[in-house]
Amino acid sequence: MGLLSDPNRRRALISLLTRLNAPICVLCYFAAVCWFMGLSFEPFTLRTYMSENAMGSTMVEERFPAGERALATAKEFGAHKKKVGGMPVDWLVKTMQARGLEVFTQRFSRTLPFPDENNERYIVEGTNVYGILRAPRAPRTEALVLSAPCSPGDDNNQAVGLLLGLAHYFRNQVFWAKDIIFLVNEHDLIGMQAWLEGYHHTNTTGMDWSPLQGRGGSIQAALSLELSSDVVTSLDIVLEGLNGQLPNLDLANLFYAFCQKIGVLCTIQGRIQRNDWDSVSGYSHAVQTMMLMVMKQASGRSWGDHGLFLRYHIEAATIKGINSFRQYKTDATTVGRLLEGMYRKLNNLLERLHQSYFFYLMPSLSHFVSIGYYMPAFGLLAVILLLRALDLWVQLATPPSRNEDGVADIEQSSTGVLSVLTPLVISHLTGAALYMLPVRFQEMAVEHFQVSETEAVVLTAIAVYTGGLALPHNTHRLISGEGTEQGWRVLKLVAVLYLAVLLGCTALINFSLGFILALTLVPVASFVTPHVPKLLSAVVLVILSPAFTLLFSVFIFQELQEMPVSFQDGWMLYLSVISQGILDHYLYGSLVYPLIALMVYPCWLLFWNILFWK
Amino acid sequence: MGYFLSYYTYISFGCWVQNMLAAIIMLIFICFCVHFQNTAGQFFSSGHTNNWAVLVCTSRFWFNYRHVANTLSVYRSVKRLGIPDSHIVLMLADDMACNHRNPKPATVFSHRNMELNVYGDDVEVDYRGYEVTVENFLRVLTGRLPPSTPRSKRLLSDDRSNILIYLTGHGGNGFLKFQDSEEISNVELADAFEQMWQKRRYNELLFIIDTCQGASMYERFYSPNIMALASSQVGEDSLSHQPDLAIGVHLMDRYTFYLLEFLEDIHPASKSNMNDLFKVCPKSQCVSTPGHRTDLFLRDPGSVLITDFFGSVRKVEITMEAIHLTDPILQLEDGPMSEEVQEKTYSYVDQLPVSEIIHQKPKQKDWHPPDGFILGLWTLILLVFFKTYGIKHLKHIF
Repeated sequence: MGLLSDPNRRRALISLLTRLNAPICVLCYFAAVCWFMGLSFEPFTLRTYMSENAMGSTMVEERFPAGERALATAKEFGAHKKKVGGMPVDWLVKTMQARGLEVFTQRFSRTLPFPDENNERYIVEGTNVYGILRAPRAPRTEALVLSAPCSPGDDNNQAVGLLLGLAHYFRNQVFWAKDIIFLVNEHDLIGMQAWLEGYHHTNTTGMDWSPLQGRGGSIQAALSLELSSDVVTSLDIVLEGLNGQLPNLDLANLFYAFCQKIGVLCTIQGRIQRNDWDSVSGYSHAVQTMMLMVMKQASGRSWGDHGLFLRYHIEAATIKGINSFRQYKTDATTVGRLLEGMYRKLNNLLERLHQSYFFYLMPSLSHFVSIGYYMPAFGLLAVILLLRALDLWVQLATPPSRNEDGVADIEQSSTGVLSVLTPLVISHLTGAALYMLPVRFQEMAVEHFQVSETEAVVLTAIAVYTGGLALPHNTHRLISGEGTEQGWRVLKLVAVLYLAVLLGCTALINFSLGFILALTLVPVASFVTPHVPKLLSAVVLVILSPAFTLLFSVFIFQELQEMPVSFQDGWMLYLSVISQGILDHYLYGSLVYPLIALMVYPCWLLFWNILFWK
Repeated sequence: MGYFLSYYTYISFGCWVQNMLAAIIMLIFICFCVHFQNTAGQFFSSGHTNNWAVLVCTSRFWFNYRHVANTLSVYRSVKRLGIPDSHIVLMLADDMACNHRNPKPATVFSHRNMELNVYGDDVEVDYRGYEVTVENFLRVLTGRLPPSTPRSKRLLSDDRSNILIYLTGHGGNGFLKFQDSEEISNVELADAFEQMWQKRRYNELLFIIDTCQGASMYERFYSPNIMALASSQVGEDSLSHQPDLAIGVHLMDRYTFYLLEFLEDIHPASKSNMNDLFKVCPKSQCVSTPGHRTDLFLRDPGSVLITDFFGSVRKVEITMEAIHLTDPILQLEDGPMSEEVQEKTYSYVDQLPVSEIIHQKPKQKDWHPPDGFILGLWTLILLVFFKTYGIKHLKHIF
């Protein structure tokens, strides 16, 4: 009863807390890491299963016959694309109309904030072409989407060909209860964003598009197709979308169920599933697959054209055909049959997919880890921050062992508050500068330094980031009083709590991002004080800062994909990752860049401030 | 007899062969009369004069196609065996034939590969879609419908009606789910049947249910003349059958599928009885264990014909006899007869001789000793108490 109110007991508890704080923190950290690594151990995962009753089993008869015709259409499409030098709009419109669809087009244009060197575009203008297959007997209240991107060169011709072949076949069936929209989008994600914004009458990214003339009702599910070869050896499903959002697990379950029924090899993250989970190599295979998913989710990028649908609560996934050097090849007819089966099952849906999980990690296509199992890993890291905060609170609450009168104490506390406010404000101003300066002052940078705009933006960002490191030495001159023992404790308390709330909210929305940031920032937050050896701690702090975390992630990501890079290439890749991140934010509304620039970086700067507290 | 004697005297004048022939013919005729008497007795042994059927499918949505197919296959059998649409109340909770997802519109199949279309051309659905509710079902059974209800939606049975009630859908231990939003419990159903009995709305009732744990629905019946069949026992699931890839759903449930096959062999003149019906779908075919309940039923199930409930067999006896109405109909005189009538007082026979019918022992009223005796007994106890323990405690009472 008197556990917290009894002063003796309270003192005992508090002394326990302060004595064991550091060991418990270290223990929690290692427990969190072990928990996370243990997630991909197969006995700890669950097998995937279909949760939606209306979709049931794979009990359909797939009869799609026209794979060869689809490939012929693909060749035609490729030829016209080459002739026009872009998207062959007229040919597509004519072909879709010949298949009995209601065809509409949408023009869009966007000037990127700075040139995109990966895709070599700056001022983007394009046209989306889409045809609507009206359900023969149903009211036009719901729709499904099948999309294929129109990519430059020879990519994805077969995807468009298969799309047109399926459109022809679907048109002859009477059992569609939803409209099916066949979409060919130009400039992949930009075109998709324009189409989705036009469809839902929103304009969040400042793009310029013509309104859509034809609509199909509320979209229940969408699949995006990427197929660049006549035959495939495996089909890969891509789930990660914008801001780390994932589609409902039932969509992946549906894909896996049909792969098993038809006998096509299916993969996730491009890795084939292994059955020997009890061996070391089998376990490490699963760990690598899960780590790939974690990194892709943390980047907040949309890894396929489907990623932009998720924001509108439309379950979507991208299916990629991969042609490697395996012996057993699957032809286009079989791929068409798989898609036909999936669409027939999606047709049976009565409500949006909601029965299965929205938050999960997949160490393989047949096993998954739900949020209830992976969240404790992050929880353990958050507990460390809370323990540290408690420790600081206790230290602040015990009165200092000096014989001064109360006036000086109050003075100290008031200067403490002021001295806390200044670093906070200045850190956030630096963060705001990191967010706004790179894009705004790119012309000035280009004038003064002989670099391209993209490089100017990225290098400005890095410059602002590094400039922030010099702050503590300078800001202390601004404050009138010198810092006190109480001061840095108050600042650290505020910073630790701020970090805890920030990481907690991030982990709720995008677990991978929150967890990776927590892995590096929580040790920083725990051990930094003005009294640790300055040089060593400064180096450690810099290595654990968000920018270096990103650098290491780039190298690890390349390792995991079995394409390791040298340091030079890695650095160039790193710069391109930063530019892509900034572009994602401006083009599609990705939140990773503002989160890091406006919140995580200032928080880290606060700890940098504490390190150099005088 | 007089006829015979006069004939005999006539014969004494004629040929002897003609005599014998006539005698033989008479014998055969008498035998036939007796035989007719026996079959006539058999004919009228069931005691019902008309047949009704209430067929209910309680689940909606495309993946519950099989429940609608179940109900329609029983409807088809019942109609084929003679019950007209005016005597069938068909309740279907969803329209599968015209569902957008049906690849063969306007059909509902019960066999794989689309062998048998149970929807047909002349199906008459009385309660459709959202009208299939627990309230409507109970109102149909008990007859408590608003006056504006059309005849096709009423169960206009009387005390000589044999009623077949068939329910299918999703159920559990003691309940049946109606349309994803409500349930009917076995207690409610039993009470509804008791209301029907008290209002004399049925002669005999056959209750068939094809759901998971269906036997729990007939556990609570307590009205007489009810026979019940269920597709599975408590704790067992009724399984679906006939997965059809072209349509993409299961077409039937196992119990009703084998029931349909059994009924396809029945024709209006067949003599199969209830014991054959109990043998439909043994555990090897059905995976679940079908159950039945006959303790409330008066007649022996072996003497109950299938067509007593599933068909509407008209009891017609063809006779070659001519009946002479010899006496003219006389008018009865009024006056003295009515006084005579008024002298005698009549009272109604006990309408609910339930205990006689079900051979129950009459409920024993508890016997209490008379009040005075109890008072005296307590006084005696008190006096004895005070005698033994002393009189001084007496003043605590008075």
